Amino acid sequence: MLQTLQAPREQQDISSPRDDAILRMADIEKSFPGVKALRNVTFSVRRGEVHALVGENGAGKSTLMKILSGAYRADNGSIWFDGELTRHSSPAEMIDRGIAVIYQEFSQASHLTVAENIFMNRLPRTRFGTVDWKGLNTDALGCMRRLGFEIEPTTPVARLSVAQRQMVEIARAISQHAKLIVLDEPSAVLGDTELERLFATIRSLQAEGVSFVYISHRLKEVFDICQSVTVLRDGQVMKSDMIESWTTASLIQAMVGRPLTEFFPPRNPKFGDEILKVSGLRRGKILKDLSFSLRAGEILGVCGLAGAGRSELLRAIVGADALDAGRIEVHGSEKTISSPRRAISLGIGFAPEDRKTEGLFLGQSVGFNITISKLEKFARANVLRLGKEKSEIESYVSRLRVKTPKVTTRIGTLSGGNQQKCVIAKQLNAECDVLLIDEPTRGVDVGAKREIYELLVAFTETRGMGILMVSSELPEILGLCDRILVMRDGEITAELGRDEASEELIMRYATHH
Amino acid sequence: MTNITEQTAITERTADGKGRSLLSSIPKGAGLLWVLVALCVVAALLSPAFLNAANVTNVLRQVALFGIVSVGMTFVILTKGIDLSVGSILGVCAVVTALLLTGGMSVALTILVVLLLGAVLGAVNGLGITLGGVPPFIMTLGMMVMGRGLALTLAEGQPIGLGDRTMDFMWLGRGYVLNIPVPVWIFLIVSLVAIFVLRYTAHGRRIHAVGSNEEAAHLSGINVKLVTFSVYVISGVLASLTALIYVSRLTVGEPTAGTGIELEAIAITVIGGTSLFGGEGGIFGTIIGAAILAVLANIMNLVGVSPFTQQIVKGAIIVGAVLYEMLRRRKGSS
Repeated sequence: MLQTLQAPREQQDISSPRDDAILRMADIEKSFPGVKALRNVTFSVRRGEVHALVGENGAGKSTLMKILSGAYRADNGSIWFDGELTRHSSPAEMIDRGIAVIYQEFSQASHLTVAENIFMNRLPRTRFGTVDWKGLNTDALGCMRRLGFEIEPTTPVARLSVAQRQMVEIARAISQHAKLIVLDEPSAVLGDTELERLFATIRSLQAEGVSFVYISHRLKEVFDICQSVTVLRDGQVMKSDMIESWTTASLIQAMVGRPLTEFFPPRNPKFGDEILKVSGLRRGKILKDLSFSLRAGEILGVCGLAGAGRSELLRAIVGADALDAGRIEVHGSEKTISSPRRAISLGIGFAPEDRKTEGLFLGQSVGFNITISKLEKFARANVLRLGKEKSEIESYVSRLRVKTPKVTTRIGTLSGGNQQKCVIAKQLNAECDVLLIDEPTRGVDVGAKREIYELLVAFTETRGMGILMVSSELPEILGLCDRILVMRDGEITAELGRDEASEELIMRYATHH
Repeated sequence: MTNITEQTAITERTADGKGRSLLSSIPKGAGLLWVLVALCVVAALLSPAFLNAANVTNVLRQVALFGIVSVGMTFVILTKGIDLSVGSILGVCAVVTALLLTGGMSVALTILVVLLLGAVLGAVNGLGITLGGVPPFIMTLGMMVMGRGLALTLAEGQPIGLGDRTMDFMWLGRGYVLNIPVPVWIFLIVSLVAIFVLRYTAHGRRIHAVGSNEEAAHLSGINVKLVTFSVYVISGVLASLTALIYVSRLTVGEPTAGTGIELEAIAITVIGGTSLFGGEGGIFGTIIGAAILAVLANIMNLVGVSPFTQQIVKGAIIVGAVLYEMLRRRKGSS
């Protein structure tokens, strides 16, 4: 026992003032049928640090974190947490030890109150054995104040914003006396101000000695908040080091295994006629009098903070949400678009923000997902010609380089990047010449991101497609778009050309006039 | 990397003609088939009477009656819906069949009118669910109660005998073609058409899509309401078809005909591997599911298990089938 406890110390980071790794996972191995998910992974986190865990989708990050949380059992290896060797612990035991994992999809009971969610399973009792509601709400408030925010504890979680729900999750972790909090893609659902608040919370907890594992695709955040970075690739640790010794380029190279000299493809746009023109678009308090136009061959970016009305704009154009007022012209003639079906028949494709709930049929095959929006192409008198359909699907799969064993493979088993390529293939199959795409690379790893950018650029240049692209990632907007619309509170506050736009300028229009 | 342009679009691969279906979960049927075979072996061992021609015919007829309703139920459950009203629609249609025939209407016209009536009752379900936004469970529960009331009202609470004027009509429930009962042929045809619709038509594909993810289906340009509406009409028509066979076989239109058949049909569909969560499953499984339940009931009858005990077994099987699916899903997701 002594001997095994000694082992990890040798490799411990000497730069830390005290010898105090809160977590050390050593030589972790994990296989799934047919796949070796983790090979000899060693991962340690020092007390009070924010440690970034990065890597492409499928690199093994979630598997490693599931082993940490007790959801999976490692085939091999050992985990020391807070000086103790833990072996085959259940999730409940790991929580007791002080490990909290906050997943992208929160595990909250949305109809219960904030306080109930924070103290779920541990509701304080009165001496009659009933729930002590008063004590519960006071405790919850105390817990939230410690994190620097305050929500009425009796509010049902369903009424909170995503950012607030995330805070409630962190409050729950704190109430469980978590010593290590794993944040899985915490920023995916947050706008910039909300992210700042999250960072402030992380920093104050850090000062109290809480450690974090921060999983993110956004490298900028890694540099903003983390002190160390571990890069996983194909189930192995590529490199683990202090933040100072990394650069964005070296991080990307470690993640994808090759240098990305130029991340965004070169752009030689040729603009054609106006293919989509929107004027005076209104919907409730979300969209206020929006007007713009899109030309053939153009990529028009839409950015703004969360809640500015970006996604709602796309949904309104394709008829997914009803309009109060507004005029939409497609190829120069006015059209009424009452449903997504109508939009597709007019050549307007829509790739929604949330692939899993809105974009894909996760239980169905790759092929099913690609052709579903325009089956008429393969149907004669409603009867499908499966051979023709299959060859078309295979052509999309090879053209867009979708990595899938077969076209009959369930799409839910593919990585985010490959799923997104299928969503794009679906729009191609629908023969759209206007593509509305919301967060084209959300949850997509770095390598596939680049491929998706190339696809979008190729569509505009070879097909004359016009693309209206909403994104929260400013580098992506700046790197791809010919023109940029900035939205704030349901209005367009600026229209910027490719050359004049900058992150600072966009942020200024996105936040105030 | 920059050559992902239209040039690479040319694919050498041409259609190989018959691709595997793009719909998921076909192979589950094979496992079920073995369960059925095993059950038959057990049945033959337990009771020599099981393999009697008369008994086999009897079982097949049972499979056909429940099977036809279950095919309709499979369509509904594929869209993540449920149809509790099939038994009552069957009852109304049984009474109306008897009333029309005793009233002197021709057999052909009666069949047409009754099938239409089934479609209309199914359409009422469909409209309530799609336009009214009433959850399928509640809408069809209401229809179940209303339908039974309607059947009892029309029949004034009494079974209506057909008399002997309608010998042609008897053929439907009692006739044979090639020594196989007519209802079995009808079930076979219904199943083949259903399999064709679900696997080889755009409409069938859309039924799966609506059940898999309604929001994604809507955004993919599918008329979700129309698709949903259609499955309740299909279910209604198949219930009325079953009513015709039922009346023909018994030569009586009972207002209580079909009571409880909705539960059998749901059980058969679920045992057949169609997911209650929508989008997955199919007719082949339903056929096997119908056979499994019929053979099981037959074994219990032959061995002399009381009908009360049989209910306990059936209930346990339904829960067991769903439990099996949940376990399978859990395994699949981790």
